Amino acid sequence: MLLIEDLRVSIDGQEVLKGVSLEIKEGETFILFGPNGSGKTSLLMTLMGFANYTVTGGKITFRGHDITHAPIYERAKLGIGMSFQRPPTIHGLKTRHLVSMCAHHRQRDVDVEALARKVNFDQFLERDINAGFSGGEIKRSELLQLMAQKPSLLLFDEPESGVDLENMALIGNTVRELLNGSQEPKPDQSMKDLRAKRETSGLIITHTGYILDYIHADRGQVLHKGVLCCQANPRVILEHIGKFGYKECVRCLN
Amino acid sequence: MSELAGKPQGATQNIPQADVSRFAFSGKGAGIADIRSLTPEDKERLLMSGVDLDMAGRGGSYLQVDDKSVHCDTCDPNVEILDITEALRRYDGLPEYFWNAVKPDQDDFTRMAAREQLQGGYFMRAKAGMKIAEPVQSCLFIKGEAVAQNVHNIIVVEEGAELHVITGCATAHDQQSALHLGISEFYVKKGGKLTFTMIHNWGEKVMVRPRTVGVVEEDGEFQSNYVLLKPVESVQSYPSIYLNGPRAVARFNSVIVAPTGSLVDTGNRIYLNAPETRGEIISRTITTGGKIIARGHIIGSHVPAKGHLECKGLILGNGIIHAIPELEGTVSGVELSHEAAVGKIAQEEIEYLMARGLDEDEATSTIVRGFLNVEIMGLPEKLRQTIDKTIQESEKDMF
Repeated sequence: MLLIEDLRVSIDGQEVLKGVSLEIKEGETFILFGPNGSGKTSLLMTLMGFANYTVTGGKITFRGHDITHAPIYERAKLGIGMSFQRPPTIHGLKTRHLVSMCAHHRQRDVDVEALARKVNFDQFLERDINAGFSGGEIKRSELLQLMAQKPSLLLFDEPESGVDLENMALIGNTVRELLNGSQEPKPDQSMKDLRAKRETSGLIITHTGYILDYIHADRGQVLHKGVLCCQANPRVILEHIGKFGYKECVRCLN
Repeated sequence: MSELAGKPQGATQNIPQADVSRFAFSGKGAGIADIRSLTPEDKERLLMSGVDLDMAGRGGSYLQVDDKSVHCDTCDPNVEILDITEALRRYDGLPEYFWNAVKPDQDDFTRMAAREQLQGGYFMRAKAGMKIAEPVQSCLFIKGEAVAQNVHNIIVVEEGAELHVITGCATAHDQQSALHLGISEFYVKKGGKLTFTMIHNWGEKVMVRPRTVGVVEEDGEFQSNYVLLKPVESVQSYPSIYLNGPRAVARFNSVIVAPTGSLVDTGNRIYLNAPETRGEIISRTITTGGKIIARGHIIGSHVPAKGHLECKGLILGNGIIHAIPELEGTVSGVELSHEAAVGKIAQEEIEYLMARGLDEDEATSTIVRGFLNVEIMGLPEKLRQTIDKTIQESEKDMF
């Protein structure tokens, strides 16, 4: 699905990713840990193709296409979808309109109203996008847009930030559904079989790990000062960081 | 009405004095007898100005070409529509209304309008207590060459009545130069509501000098929608509304695009002249090479009263936007605020939409349309679509 090879990225001449290599397979969910300022968000922004993030070396391949220098919208059309942590307000652009454009650009026909009800957001469809939205509302709005896009690779920067407990369950379950499709056991298929059929991959940044209660995460790794290290089961990494902090990662790097 | 005299009126310092000697005030009209005999191109221009020549979905129409009224009737018995000359004759010169809100000595153009021969205009009156369901339309069309149009319009909304007037002002597609002088006086009586939507669709050599003043009595409401998307040589206007009765409300929405060569000096003024009055002025301007002076002035002289002014401008290309918001409180306790911004489209907004699959042009266009926000005007669907289409067409000059 996604292959990152020796990726080097600079912002205003400052190197923030120093040779990152990572592969995320079809149906796989990868969790990215790391202290503040380690380059996690930069990695996501680079994968999406934002102008400020200059690729100075390496290669990004998505579903066989070299997208290292592709414009943002081409990546979106190929199936990369991103949830923004602090999306901009666009005055005069109704949420409903944006959601239908999300679907349209992926050649999909969706019932915006029905999708919105799933994330308890139907009351917001006539509002200008992100105008005065709370933390939880931003998350639900981003998820709604992603549900309309139905990306095959989901980039999610801190799904739990600014979200209360009640909303966390809604958001967690929605992320799981986006990643897995519906995961109800069926008479003719075991959960294991269903999981094997997953096609959507995920790359999720988390600090708290709350999201791990809702999704099946396959692998995790720590990003530290622009370099990836410590590959393990995400739960193990989380427990380790909880106990010893990120210090141990630095030791392992050295 | 004595308080009208002596107040600041439309500033003219930034606009060249119109050289009016090249225009003729009479005798050079194109002599069109029936507006339906216009060429398809001219009809298209009228349509773009919100004028429906089939009169469908309209409570009545007043159509004028150059200096002659060519169509004037009403489909609704509760709204009266007359050629101004006929109204002056029938109502003994309309002493309560004619040159009452606008003063002849306001400036050079009002003096000129008062001096020169009157060349049409309309008188509209919504009868007391009557809510006129369909908008009434008026159209002032200039077809002849070097024509000066000197019109005088009066709208009266009697107590408790409601009226929406859609005015399309346009010049013929092959028309070269013209001068439009328009005096408009609005009278909204107790509890009445007037919505006045004006769409300007002039030409590159047309000078436009409207002079508009309205008076709103207690519990009355006035809403103005102004749309200018097409080239013009120069517009200079400063419609002013006096909220003279308690709880009266005025709201101005303007959407202005100035391409290269256009000079648009326009603003709105609201006098909060009674307790519990409210005024709001919202303008959205875009220059793609022209110069826009976006003014706004709210004067609060009674309490409690609230006024808010919002002028936002986008510079796409090499134009100039000069926002001049003014707030004037003359009594303690008045609440006036403003928000002004002149800038460019934020890269962050473009990239956000690109991440949803829109290419850069689509993203920019989506943001521009949201910025212009014509929806706020609450126009009839067909007119809104026409305006959207015009915006879409002018987008090719924007980016």
